[in-house]
Amino acid sequence: MEQTWKQARAAFAAISVPPLAWLLLFFLIPLGVIWAYTFGENTGPTTIDFTGTFANYARALEPLYLGIFVKSVVVAALTTLLCLIVGFPVALAIAFASPKAKAWLLLLIMLPFWTNLLIRTFALIAVLREQGYVNFALEWLWNNASGFMTLIGLQPLGEFEPLTLLYNNFAVVVGLVYVHLPFMVLPLYSALDRMDRSLMEASLDLGAGHLKTIFLVVVPLAAPGIASGILITFIPALGSYLTPDLLGGTDSQMIANVIERQFKRANDWPFGAALSFLLMYLTFIAIALQALVQRRSDRRA
Amino acid sequence: MAKGRYLRGASRRSLLQSFGAAAVGITFSSGLSACGGSGGGGRTVNVHNWDTYIADDTADNFRQATGITVNYTNFASNDELFAQFRAGNPGYDVIVPSNEYVTRMAQAQMLQELDKSLIPNMSNILPEFQDAPFDAGRFYSVPYTWLCIGIAYRKSKMPANFVPNSWRYLLDSPQFSQRIAVLGESADLIRIASQYKQYRPGHVAELTGIPDAVLSQVEQMLIRQKPHIKQFHTDNGQDLLVSGEVDVVMEYNGDIAQVMRDNDDIAWVLPTEGSMENQDCLCIPANAPHLAEAHAFINYILEPQPGADIAEYIQFATPNSAAKALMPDNYKNNSVIYPTPEEMARLRYGAFEGDEVSRRYEEIFTRISAA
Repeated sequence: MEQTWKQARAAFAAISVPPLAWLLLFFLIPLGVIWAYTFGENTGPTTIDFTGTFANYARALEPLYLGIFVKSVVVAALTTLLCLIVGFPVALAIAFASPKAKAWLLLLIMLPFWTNLLIRTFALIAVLREQGYVNFALEWLWNNASGFMTLIGLQPLGEFEPLTLLYNNFAVVVGLVYVHLPFMVLPLYSALDRMDRSLMEASLDLGAGHLKTIFLVVVPLAAPGIASGILITFIPALGSYLTPDLLGGTDSQMIANVIERQFKRANDWPFGAALSFLLMYLTFIAIALQALVQRRSDRRA
Repeated sequence: MAKGRYLRGASRRSLLQSFGAAAVGITFSSGLSACGGSGGGGRTVNVHNWDTYIADDTADNFRQATGITVNYTNFASNDELFAQFRAGNPGYDVIVPSNEYVTRMAQAQMLQELDKSLIPNMSNILPEFQDAPFDAGRFYSVPYTWLCIGIAYRKSKMPANFVPNSWRYLLDSPQFSQRIAVLGESADLIRIASQYKQYRPGHVAELTGIPDAVLSQVEQMLIRQKPHIKQFHTDNGQDLLVSGEVDVVMEYNGDIAQVMRDNDDIAWVLPTEGSMENQDCLCIPANAPHLAEAHAFINYILEPQPGADIAEYIQFATPNSAAKALMPDNYKNNSVIYPTPEEMARLRYGAFEGDEVSRRYEEIFTRISAA
């Protein structure tokens, strides 16, 4: 027997009031305040008048800030792409693992979440810096190779020069991919796990190779999972602030770093709010695009 | 502007700073004032200071001396402190802003005028610190420590007998390309670069009114130099130097004095073009719940022995002559902690010149970073 919520109004209300109240109090109202700030003017060190001005948006749309937005979008997009390339085979492998192994593999994917983002980022610094574990390993290999070459009578290799892996855009992308990979793997896994295996068997039986099956059958079927994976990787990557701050060099500034400085050093909350909301509008556009993809794939199914 | 307060190895200060920032960007402490209360009749004082910027036993000794319990909390930067007070005092009694922020917070009416009759130990403070350009008449602030920005470097990575005694090596030269880190703090970076660009308005205490022409020269110079700079650091320059990431770094003297105790290869120089002096001050925020206790705490810190204990622990310069007299010679004669009078003559305080100027510096820094 099918029940609709109308048959249990009281129960439905009782269940929905706490989350709705929470959402209103701690999300919508503060967000509304910040949104109001975007139309405000500083009138003193701590006072803001809501004058309805568009000056903050006008300033946020200056080429300087637009350029930083574009750069942030590029970094976030690159991060998302790399997460997809790395995450897809991982998700596929987990989906096809035995049930027991599956539980363990999923646990491994989620394990990093048990550690604070900051600790993970500092750990990454210890791995990547000039006197870090990557360079230690390379130096060990280098010295052994050098020793081997003297052994067989060749010139030894020169002095080991540590690689510069930290404080540049490379480090930022590595850090962002590392941090956001679980966000990509989990939705991909859930899409791949639900998939009807008989379709793949049919494809293989009818003569398609494994790669062809993956690209022509698995990927289209997993499209909604891919779309939501892209979305929930791209959005936090776009707003990331800690990673460029700690791992980046002098040209790794992202928009969230600029926003942070408006709320702190510059003490310019209206402008910081306008920058934040521009970022949010961008996010809404991304969500709308994802919904479009979803709808199209629903229609195809 | 966190100062590396007595840290070895991994930087807890950066960690704390980023933790605070990671949460939301700004943190609002919840009602600390509840701690006061009348329950039990115990007197308390809520002290909000930089991380590891006080001796381990100061709070205990204070309680034994006065019966007042200290609730001790940390902030990580002046900006964070200011943001915490934007919506009113969250319940603190004593805070420790730096010079520029004493002015900024006083102007924003975040500070309480001090009752000097309750702070007789002010007489222990050296004459030159009895007044301050950033708080004329010392209505709001009592000096706690003072510090300056200079260049720290690795001796083994320099050419023979070479001392990088000019800001040029950090700001205007490819000599140490990609082996340089400078402070990523817009105002101090711009002020130092302006001093390098010959902006020296005579023998004044504060560096103010940098002309537009100098600002645009500074911006162009830093954009040109940027490819040679490895990082605009968040005041963890000493860590970058110790871990071998860079060879020359712009940093606060106390941070370097700390790491020099363990590392013979690190040296310090105050550049010939001049630099910035900072002063961290004890202040009572407006609407402090425990006014009498706050004054008692400040007065206690200015006593000779507690002041000496703190200086011993944090290795920053103390403005307290009675406390300094109790210190061992290797502290008193430390040329990193105490620059010579000639060097002192080249130091200027950074001044708060209004929000517009701060925003302008911030935008210049954003342009440099985006270039």
